[in-house]
Amino acid sequence: MKYNFRYGWWEKIYYPELIRGFYITSRHFFSNLWKWITGRKGAYTYQYPEEKRPISPNFRGKHYLVLKEDGTPKCVACYMCATNCPAQCIHIVAGEDPNRPEEKYPVEFTIDISRCIFCGYCVEACPKDAIRMTYDYHLADYTREALLYKKEKLLHWIETELDKDQPLIGR
Amino acid sequence: MFLIVIIKILFVVGVLLTFAALLTWVERKQSAVTQDRVGANRVQILGIRALGLFHIITDALKMFIKEDYVPEKVNKFLHFIAPLFPFFSALAVFAVIPFGSPIKIGGRIVELSIARLDSGLIYLFALSSLAVLGPVIAGWASHEKYALLGGMRAAAQMISYEIALGVSIIGVIMVYNTLDISLIVEKQGELLFGFLPKWGIFVQPLAFLLFLPAIIAENKRIPFDLPEGESEIVAGYFTEYSAMRWGMFFLAEFVEVAVVAAVLTTLFFGGWQFPYLFDDGFHFFGVWHLPYWLIVIIRILTFFAKWIFGIWFLQQVRWTFPRFRYDQLMKLGWKIILPWGLINIALTAIVIMLING
Repeated sequence: MKYNFRYGWWEKIYYPELIRGFYITSRHFFSNLWKWITGRKGAYTYQYPEEKRPISPNFRGKHYLVLKEDGTPKCVACYMCATNCPAQCIHIVAGEDPNRPEEKYPVEFTIDISRCIFCGYCVEACPKDAIRMTYDYHLADYTREALLYKKEKLLHWIETELDKDQPLIGR
Repeated sequence: MFLIVIIKILFVVGVLLTFAALLTWVERKQSAVTQDRVGANRVQILGIRALGLFHIITDALKMFIKEDYVPEKVNKFLHFIAPLFPFFSALAVFAVIPFGSPIKIGGRIVELSIARLDSGLIYLFALSSLAVLGPVIAGWASHEKYALLGGMRAAAQMISYEIALGVSIIGVIMVYNTLDISLIVEKQGELLFGFLPKWGIFVQPLAFLLFLPAIIAENKRIPFDLPEGESEIVAGYFTEYSAMRWGMFFLAEFVEVAVVAAVLTTLFFGGWQFPYLFDDGFHFFGVWHLPYWLIVIIRILTFFAKWIFGIWFLQQVRWTFPRFRYDQLMKLGWKIILPWGLINIALTAIVIMLING
């Protein structure tokens, strides 16, 4: 980048510009200090474990599988989400239920959450509205195996503090 | 008399070390508040965080229990003795700074400075230039290239700014016509044109503008912290120091900040002088008489208020300006501050000549 600024006499006598810089930082200092004294927050920091950022209504967190009225998953194991997944982290094993020969059902439905990029394409692709996303982003764990989210975990997802505000339709 | 001196020494050293400890906290918190952050606040005792003040204790604990690693090829004696110089000289400089007007106790006049020397200013500059020995010896003794570069930079920088400092202060000496710092402060209580306090900043504004960068450079703080220069030479002269020996350099730097603020206050902001407050009370549209003990307390509090403002100012400077390049630093010292200091001497001499006729 070409830098064309030339110093005039005003910059060369040095003190006016120094005072201007000093004014900016001390303005920040005093306005923030006043906020702290009057009990407001004088910083942009969120002190994470105690204080959480407000999240957007369309935030994409951990997935969950939607249930039907009878308590079985809505999913028909059509592989749409797995096909559409850019990170290829959804693994489905389809099975057939003799009682309901018109539909397949997922025997296994695994999301490798460590590979997931939380793009939400699986939710978009699903023809049955069977997979959705929660607001939960506290997903850290100690082993890779624990990050392979099996069907049971995706069905019985924990309702976190963050999810309480937003009722998740079609549960 | 001996007892009084001991009490004064304990008081001054106690206040200075307390300020130095608090400054480690102020440094972090002030930078955080300036930069819209929260700052250190994680240490808690029984759930009380006290704005992060307990970080002082944990810092001290850390420095004491850390391994004091001394590299194999250092000069052990010099390596040991180097951190003592800046620490000692910073503490000793404060001996001539008056922090209150002389008190009369039982017919005896007690000066509120450890020593009232006729050559106070010379003593001050002599001891503050002793501080350069610390970085230089540390850099030499460490047997390491970055430390040596840092030490050399410290020597070059501090010697050149020593001269600029001395030249810029001569105007003040000429105006007050004395080297005794207590007398300089007493003379700053007079009024100029009947309303303006005769503070150094009003009678010698140019000297103040030259003295301020010079004394910050002398103190090796940003924007003049070339001897440390962590982006260029690791940590400069204290690269090979760890644990409490490094802590001595660290603490000395903060003591120096406090001392520099006190020197600025004393020479340019009237020391313990409260504007319009004389020995018998306020002289402001008539005379408002005040009891003597109240005046003494007001004066001590005034000194501390000015001192704390000075420390705040120096810290804010440290968190505002970027570091100079080395050639810019030398150019500023030799080609700008020194000639302007000489011009200031000439101007002051001419004005004094004209006034005295």
